[in-house]
Amino acid sequence: MSQSKSASLMDSRILIPAIGGAFKKLDPRSLIKNPVMFVVAVVSFLTTVLFLKDLATGGRDLGFSFQIIVWLWFTVLFANFAEAVAEGRGKAQADSLRKARTETQAKLLTGDDRTSFKLVPGTKLKVGDIVLVEAGDIIPSDGEVIEGIASVNESAITGESAPVIRESGGDRSAVTGGTQVLSDWLRVRITAAAGSTFIDRMIALVEGAERQKTPNEIALNILLAGMTLIFVLATATIPSFATYAGGAIPVVVLVALFVTLIPTTIGALLSAIGIAGMDRLIQFNVLAMSGRAVEAAGDVDTLLLDKTGTITFGNRQATEFSPVTGVTEQELADAAQLASLADETPEGRSIVVLAKEKYGIRARDMATLHATFVPFTAQSRMSGVDIDGSSIRKGAVDAVLAYVNSTTVATGTVRASAELVRELQSIADQIAKAGGTPLAVVRDGKLLGVIHLKDIVKGGIRERFSELRRMGIKTVMITGDNPLTAAAIAAEAGVDDFLAQATPENKLSLIRDEQAKGKLVAMCGDGTNDAPALAQADVGVAMNTGTVAAREAGNMVDLDSDPTKLIEIVGIGKQLLMTRGALTTFSIANDIAKYFAIIPAMFLAFYPQLGALNIMGLQTPQSAILSAIIFNALIIVALIPLSLKGVKYRAVGAGALLSRNLLIYGLGGVIVPFIGIKAIDMVITSLGLA
Amino acid sequence: MTLNGWIQILVYCGIIILLVKPLGGYMTRVFNGERTFLSPVLVPVERGLYRIAGTSERDEQHWTTYTAALLLFSLGGLIVLYALQRFQGILPYNPAGMTATEPGLAFNSAVSFVTNTNWQNYGGESSMSYLVQMAGFTVQNFVSAATGIAIAIALIRGFARTSGRSVGNFWVDLTRSTLYILLPICIVLTLVYVYLGVPQTLGTYVDATTLEGAKQTIAVGPVASQLAIKMLGTNGGGFFNANSAHPFENPDAISNFIQMVSIFAIGAALTNVFGRMVGNQRQGWALFAAMGVLFLAGVTACYWSEAAGNPLVHALGIDGGNMEGKETRFGIALSALFAVITTAASCGAVNAMHDSFMAIGGMLPMINMMLGEVIIGGVGAGLYGILLYVVIAVFVAGLMVGRTPEYLGKKIEAKEVKMAMLGVLCLPLAMLGFTAIACVLPSAVAATGNSGPHGFSEILYAYTSAAANNGSAFGGLSGNTTWYNLTLAIGMLMGRFFVIIPVMAIAGSLVVKKTVPESAGTFPTHGGLFVGLLIGVILIVGGLTFFPALAVGPIVEHLAIGLGQTF
Repeated sequence: MSQSKSASLMDSRILIPAIGGAFKKLDPRSLIKNPVMFVVAVVSFLTTVLFLKDLATGGRDLGFSFQIIVWLWFTVLFANFAEAVAEGRGKAQADSLRKARTETQAKLLTGDDRTSFKLVPGTKLKVGDIVLVEAGDIIPSDGEVIEGIASVNESAITGESAPVIRESGGDRSAVTGGTQVLSDWLRVRITAAAGSTFIDRMIALVEGAERQKTPNEIALNILLAGMTLIFVLATATIPSFATYAGGAIPVVVLVALFVTLIPTTIGALLSAIGIAGMDRLIQFNVLAMSGRAVEAAGDVDTLLLDKTGTITFGNRQATEFSPVTGVTEQELADAAQLASLADETPEGRSIVVLAKEKYGIRARDMATLHATFVPFTAQSRMSGVDIDGSSIRKGAVDAVLAYVNSTTVATGTVRASAELVRELQSIADQIAKAGGTPLAVVRDGKLLGVIHLKDIVKGGIRERFSELRRMGIKTVMITGDNPLTAAAIAAEAGVDDFLAQATPENKLSLIRDEQAKGKLVAMCGDGTNDAPALAQADVGVAMNTGTVAAREAGNMVDLDSDPTKLIEIVGIGKQLLMTRGALTTFSIANDIAKYFAIIPAMFLAFYPQLGALNIMGLQTPQSAILSAIIFNALIIVALIPLSLKGVKYRAVGAGALLSRNLLIYGLGGVIVPFIGIKAIDMVITSLGLA
Repeated sequence: MTLNGWIQILVYCGIIILLVKPLGGYMTRVFNGERTFLSPVLVPVERGLYRIAGTSERDEQHWTTYTAALLLFSLGGLIVLYALQRFQGILPYNPAGMTATEPGLAFNSAVSFVTNTNWQNYGGESSMSYLVQMAGFTVQNFVSAATGIAIAIALIRGFARTSGRSVGNFWVDLTRSTLYILLPICIVLTLVYVYLGVPQTLGTYVDATTLEGAKQTIAVGPVASQLAIKMLGTNGGGFFNANSAHPFENPDAISNFIQMVSIFAIGAALTNVFGRMVGNQRQGWALFAAMGVLFLAGVTACYWSEAAGNPLVHALGIDGGNMEGKETRFGIALSALFAVITTAASCGAVNAMHDSFMAIGGMLPMINMMLGEVIIGGVGAGLYGILLYVVIAVFVAGLMVGRTPEYLGKKIEAKEVKMAMLGVLCLPLAMLGFTAIACVLPSAVAATGNSGPHGFSEILYAYTSAAANNGSAFGGLSGNTTWYNLTLAIGMLMGRFFVIIPVMAIAGSLVVKKTVPESAGTFPTHGGLFVGLLIGVILIVGGLTFFPALAVGPIVEHLAIGLGQTF
């Protein structure tokens, strides 16, 4: 994604081994996977045999035939080279992953307590074994924490050096083999056998070893094979047409026509495009468990996005102090700040920040104020401070009101007037309606006002959603909030729809409803309760911090655990499909020029009138044929960077995208070879090659 | 080219455009089983037929059953037609006393009519009895056309239905297209033709004494009724050997115009049926527009070539366009227009000899056929043919919008692509394959009427016409030999059924799919951009394959004439 990564596209550390790789891939067993290039290799081989026979018996035009044959083989090699370069980029990453997979000794627990264990090699572990991992140990295999809490360094797979917490029970119970426990200890139940761990799968994925053809790729291969057959017919019938006309056409010329006509450009680059597409995801720290998932990402119609963390920052922030009648904002801000000084929650800190920024109230030291912090409890649902006999509390409106009523009875101070309570409640209602959370503040039983805590919608997210809308993708916000709050945030963020008070059940049924309408749904999730929805969704991105169940259910894993990435994943999927389409169109459109180069040259000996079709004015029949085959081979090399980087995706409607790409790759595909073949013809005639 | 010529061409196009919507609307109602103005009369007949056949309009068929039914039906027709020809000598309605048709010719003719090709290696008035013409050929003219329409409707249902299981009932679709569409229109047309002077009689041939006192036998017969369906059903098999160039089969400019209109009427209207059934008429108009652009380009090139005339003749001091092989009552414009219409649709009736056209003028009918008869095309066949190209176009370019390609909400996946490629592949296989063999077969080459590139064009045209199920002949080639009878028949069978089976497989595969709702990310398929793309794919994927063959046939002939050379 980043510029630095695409700049390394033509890194010599990848290019040089790829040259060797190109030759290694001449192995028929590897060639046969690509029908178009296999056909080219077969005809190149047969022509070579014929050439050798001619060489022995002394045929004519040997120099010309030799050049054609050389370029035929170059066509195959260039295709192999493209694939080798694409694979080379993944190999480097695989090597660093392999280091993490070094042989570890596992502490296999034999009893119920942590003391009795025996050391076994990590590779001998079976699914269901329970092992102990202590500070400094490498986790021997993938597993689920069944007891304990520990900080774990997962940099081996995520590249992120900050340690993460893994604990039993919650949504962070999955551990990955090859990562290291930094502190404390964990009891882990092994969930993956040796060879099928997460790291193993990652290595296979980045190396492209496990690459299976995706549905669209299969369909495209059928199309290309079909076109190849059509051109077999077009060229194989020519000799008999020539016989009718009383002439003959050399085999090498027929082969040249055939190879230039069949869609070699896309055939050569197809697997490179696929590998590069996967690689782009990996560079982006997302692992797709199948190529199918990457393609499905491009097809997504509906995106389900969690509100928290994706659309809004994880925490609510104070944005306003709304005092009741008779209290100034300054007073309220002062009380709120005092109540929050020792409150380490993000909400509490945001109150202090707001008081400072808006009212210039400096942070004060709790100790010098002789203040005691009253922390939040589930019973009181309030927090605050007691300073010199004065007590300040802040909390949920109903909790604060209940507190006021009880304290007034106890201390005998004036009861909160009914009017004040009503006013407070009306302020609180307004805040709730606007999608915020009201926090009431009270000092010594006197209601001061309300702090407006707001979900802050991430900057730029609105633009992202309108971008998605232009791409034809519907966004649905998923939140546990009540519908009122949800509606307000949805409107602010600009999502198309929302699901309020979401439960795993209604999330799942939302996905099913969308799918019943023929739509493809993408979502991300981390918890075990997300697993059914992740499995049901067409693209389910599990967070790496999530549970084993979630990771198993999804078809992609985001190593950075950043739910916003779903949007980029869609873009990558689309880019993959677009690149294939663009190069296919280009490849097919090229044929027009090639016909005009070769047909007049081919029949010139017995139908000189056809010279009128030589609209490019190519020098000689031989230079014309040679130029066409050279162009056909060189265009593969020229398009390697595009096939690895991918066609740029723009978030515009399909109509605009299509006309743009048709213009570039369709019309361009018609015109470019005319220019290219003419230029090559000029070069080779000036060099005296033909 | 004259203004008058162009006005006639444009009036023709205008009338076709005006016909599309009303006829399309009527046909849609027929195939949806809705009430039409003919229902009071025809519904009881229709129900009666179903009762006899033991089927019902509610019996929907899976695509395999539907295909099996239509294949069996065609096979049955083939056997009956073969038998009729072989036994015509002992069967009634044979006033001219025709004897049994020779087996090779009978097979060729039977295949020809069952496949809606109507390639005629026989001369109708000199070899076939009235019974064969009426109960054999005319019946097949109806039902082979109705079969084509039925397949198109089944394919449309594949696109239109969501998560369906069946594609309709072949027997119902066959009955409805015959009963509600072909028969009523043909009855009207027959009466009009009779009014215009086309014979319609079961009487014997007429003997006349010419001015010189010589005796001449003038062939007549039930011409008007066969003429009506021959055009409307894009069959093209003439009652007379000279087809619509014969004064009894095409008396004047009016009858000529009606014939041209009836060739395109149903094929053009089917695009509208398609649009209506998939719920957006603009989708139908887009297909019609792609066909229209290709058609006009063909007419322009052919008319230009014929109007420009032959430079070798000009060198002799004779100016003007090429009138060789044309009827003076039609002239250059109407002959060129007719030639393009009859080959664009897979009709194959002719009102002039294509063999006598200029090289380019004769090449255009060939290109029309090589493209697979998708420019309006044969009734039904044109629509399902162009939809094969649509599948390919949508797949190639659809990827460029970054989604799995879809057309009308149906995802185009491996199975559809495979079937579309099979359908497209079989045409060059039959056309180029047989031509290549015939080119090196001395006996086959000997049957040509000319040497050099023109002789090659005759062979190429014959196989192209057969595989495209067109049936028009270039002329010059003596096709009634065992080799040609057999290979042309195989070509016709390939061109018909090797396309139909993949088409039905696509229908079956599409019908079960969910329809993806349209969004801003959907590849738009009803605008000018798509029309342009479709035309490009038709020309590049369908047309370029034939470039080498055309280069050594009409193209080199054209270039040679320009240089004053002959062969």
